[in-house]
Amino acid sequence: MSEPIQFHFNIDGEDFTSAGKASVQVKKLLRQLSFDADTIRRVSVAMYEGEINMVIHANGGQADVIVWDEKIEVILADTGPGIPDVSLAMQEGFSTAKENIRSLGFGAGMGLPNMKRYSDDMKIDTVVGEGTTVTMSFTVPEG
Amino acid sequence: MKIKTIIDLLEAEVLCGEDMLEEHVYSACGSDMMSDVLAYVKEQAVLLTGLINLQVVRTAVMMDMKCIVFVRGKNPPEEVIELAKECGIVVLRSPERMYVACGKLYENGLRGGGVDEE
Ligand SMILES: Nc1ncnc2c1ncn2[C@@H]1O[C@H](COP(=O)(O)OP(=O)(O)OP(=O)(O)O)[C@@H](O)[C@H]1O
Ligand SMILES: [Mg+2]
Repeated sequence: MSEPIQFHFNIDGEDFTSAGKASVQVKKLLRQLSFDADTIRRVSVAMYEGEINMVIHANGGQADVIVWDEKIEVILADTGPGIPDVSLAMQEGFSTAKENIRSLGFGAGMGLPNMKRYSDDMKIDTVVGEGTTVTMSFTVPEG
Repeated sequence: MKIKTIIDLLEAEVLCGEDMLEEHVYSACGSDMMSDVLAYVKEQAVLLTGLINLQVVRTAVMMDMKCIVFVRGKNPPEEVIELAKECGIVVLRSPERMYVACGKLYENGLRGGGVDEE
C-alpha cells in the first residue's frame, strides 16, 4: 500500500452546534481526492454518526481519518463513560439519550447500527469509566 | 418533480437556493430523527423536517440531498441558512404540518426511495 494521507480532528464535546462539522470536512476532502460518490457517502455518514455519538454520549474526543487508495479508516476515540453492553448498544432502537438530545434530532438508537452497515469492518473497544474507541474501515472499490 | 413544484404544492417560501428551483428531485423523506434519515441507503433528494438546527443541514450534506423543507412554518436561525447556502442546498419553509406536507408530495408522485421501497 502507498503512503496514506491522514487527517486529524478535535471533536468539541461542549458545543453541540459544531457537532458533525468534522464529517462535513472529511466529505469535502474525500471529494477533492476524487473517491467515488458511494464510498464518500458511506465514510462520511458513518463518521458523522460516530462524531455525534462522541458529542452527545462522551463529551467529545478525537477523530482520525487515514486514507489509502484502496482503503479508508476512521478512528473515533473518546474518554467518555464507555459502553457497558456493546451488543445491546448495537441493537436498532436502543438508546440512552434523554429528551434534550431527542429534541435535537438524535437518540433514535440508529447510529451504531448505521455505522456497522455502512462500514466494511467495525470494531468497538470500550472500557466503562475510561472511554470508547470505534475503528471503522471502508474498502474502496477498484476502478 | 421539480423543486418549483414542491414550492407550489406546499405553499412554501424559498429561504435559499433560488437558482436551483428548476432541478428535478425523485424521492423524499420526512423525519425529526436524523439517524433515521441516515439509515436509508438509497438516493434521497428532499428532507422534510420540523427540526431547525445545523445538524439538519449536515445530515442533508451527508446524504447528498438537494433540498430541505422546514415544516410548520418554522424559522431556522441565520447560521442554518448560511451553511445550506455554502453547501448548495435549497431551503424551503412551508406552513404545512409534517403529515400533510409529506402526503401532498407523495400524492403528487414524489415517493420514498427508502431501502424497503421500489
Ligand atoms: N462514544 C460513546 N460513548 C458512550 N456511549 C456510547 C457511545 N456511542 C454510543 N453509546 C451508547 O450506545 C447507545 C446507542 O448508540 P447509537 O448511536 O446507536 O444510538 P443513539 O446515539 O442513542 O441515537 P442515534 O444514533 O439514533 O441518534 C447510545 O444511546 C449510548 O448509550
Ligand atoms: Mg448515535
